[in-house]
Amino acid sequence: MRYTIDDRGFYGNFGGAYIPEMLHANIEELQQRYVGIIEDPKFQKEFHDLLKDYVGRPSPLYFAKRLSEKYGSRLYLKREDLNHTGAHKINNTIGQILLARRLGKTRIIAETGAGQHGVATATVCALMGMECIVYMGEVDIERQKPNVFRMKMLGAEVRPARSGSKTLKDATNEAIRDWINHPVETHYIIGSVVGPHPYPDMVARFQSVVSHELMIQMEEKEGRNYPDRIIACVGGGSNAAGAYYHYLDDERVRLVAVEAAGEGIHSGRSAATSVLGTEGIIHGSRTLLMQTKDGQITEPHSISAGLDYPGIGPMHAHLIRTGRAEVVSITDQESVEAAMELSRLEGIIPALESAHALAALKYLTLDSDETTVISLSGRGDKDLATFMKYLDDE
Amino acid sequence: MILKDRQSPALNIYFTAGFPELEDTVPVIRALSESGVDLIEIGMPYSDPMADGPTIQQSSARALKNGMSMEVLFDQVAQISEKVSTPLILMGYLNQMIQYGEERFLKRCRETGISGLIIPDLPPELYKMQYQEMFRNHQVEIIFLITPQTSEKRIRTIDELSDSFIYVVSDSSITGKSTEISKEQIAYFQRIQKMKLRNPTLIGFGISDHQSFSQAAEYSSGAIIGSAFIKRLDKEYGEKGIDEVVTKFVNEIKHGA
Ligand SMILES: Cc1ncc(COP(=O)(O)O)c(C=O)c1O
Repeated sequence: MRYTIDDRGFYGNFGGAYIPEMLHANIEELQQRYVGIIEDPKFQKEFHDLLKDYVGRPSPLYFAKRLSEKYGSRLYLKREDLNHTGAHKINNTIGQILLARRLGKTRIIAETGAGQHGVATATVCALMGMECIVYMGEVDIERQKPNVFRMKMLGAEVRPARSGSKTLKDATNEAIRDWINHPVETHYIIGSVVGPHPYPDMVARFQSVVSHELMIQMEEKEGRNYPDRIIACVGGGSNAAGAYYHYLDDERVRLVAVEAAGEGIHSGRSAATSVLGTEGIIHGSRTLLMQTKDGQITEPHSISAGLDYPGIGPMHAHLIRTGRAEVVSITDQESVEAAMELSRLEGIIPALESAHALAALKYLTLDSDETTVISLSGRGDKDLATFMKYLDDE
Repeated sequence: MILKDRQSPALNIYFTAGFPELEDTVPVIRALSESGVDLIEIGMPYSDPMADGPTIQQSSARALKNGMSMEVLFDQVAQISEKVSTPLILMGYLNQMIQYGEERFLKRCRETGISGLIIPDLPPELYKMQYQEMFRNHQVEIIFLITPQTSEKRIRTIDELSDSFIYVVSDSSITGKSTEISKEQIAYFQRIQKMKLRNPTLIGFGISDHQSFSQAAEYSSGAIIGSAFIKRLDKEYGEKGIDEVVTKFVNEIKHGA
């Protein structure tokens, strides 16, 4: 079984580029040039220098002692929360901004849910002196206010998406429409492993720095370069793709994808795509998505803005459908509890998205001598308002 | 051939099925046909129409709220198609066709009198690989879009792949942006005209009044109007009957009065 893309841009049945003609020239240019640009040694040097000196990589692999005691197993946290701007998203935006420059683009657009990708995009645009416009659903602007201010402070324009559920899906639609209207000078920095080929593969390659580091760090700490299990939350799936990447073909490593069940998988307010979804097309990619029988895309719900998306990236659809990855669904309530637990056991306040990955621990059978890496994709500063509400109720 | 050989410029009007009210699909088609429109493009309302601007997004959302579905739409089309001679085509997104089942979808098009499909997110390469045979078997035409960025070579490929007409997107844009036709656009229209394609061309996106329609028609077989018609329908609906709104709009576009 093959878990990376084929030469047509598909992961098994999933992926491809289902785009209107208005985007053909842009997508074709990306398809033809992205590998060459990324593999150029000069690009690699610039990319890795920035990851080291600007982002602060490698991110630590931290052995979580008290958490491990609680679950009776060996648990490591991959600390993407310690990156500059507070999440894994910046690994991708650094890569894409360097690529955009090589393509001669001068204007950057992005979509954002939790605001982490928006902030990471605004940051690299400030760094490179490029114009930056970020689309964000009105609902998310409300629940992730600190990130809206950060983007503005970084010089980006935040444009509200007012259609549909006013969340990540709608922000993505607006970004695509913007790109259709400004195809020549604009590069669209997609924030996850979603969208038309080559985005899923391109974003996965930029995020793969995470599993590359994991191999070195596991060797140092455990004397072998792989863990028994990797747990990561999946919105579109970029932090998961990054943490899995170098282990995709290594069947010794069990892959666990954690989805947002919202108020419960069958509550009608959920984002558990792998359970509720069927095959179809969303944002230019053939994948699993939540939809009606008539093919209308369903409005998802999750407490976590970064997981509040009705699809998953085509790579994950393939990993799940082939059984390579197993899925755990976590409710809003469970994610907040897991965030509280990590805060009090380890002194680390995780993002609500990452808290979903932590909450999966209680559903897994963990042996005492097994090692598990949990992708701590981001820090919880942006979610303080949500946590405060919960603490008040407590 | 959907567009017959003709002297005067062809006018293709787009509207969203089930808008303003669910049961308006049939009367709108009838009125358009009676007012002498040459081609009617029926929009299949979609939750996430990525190539469409605010007007069509809103009309689609409203139609869905009204209860529009593929089944209802096909039933409505079946009621009227035999009573009008104007060719009917559908415009929608690939996911709608996939969920309905592609074969079943095309069969239903054929049965209900739909002669062609515009599926903006179905690129010609994927059409050729996965769908060309199916379309042929069911005798449904495909209509492709070209834009100012589409290369000459690609336009030729598209011209070979279809047997209906080519939808010339007037500018790099989503639907509904109406501005005056620029020099660059005219140069682009002329470039296409000089290519002497097998298929007729219709210019669309941003065509909104008599002037832009006539201008577009100088360089093509005609033009397509969508958002401007929907806006008018929305504005005057209720005050005037559908027939009156439609007749007046079509006359204005064709004759400027
Ligand atoms: C901290 C964090 N983790 C995870 C995600 C989900 O994205 P992905 O599934 O692409 O990693 C987000 C998205 O905003 C995020 O901010």
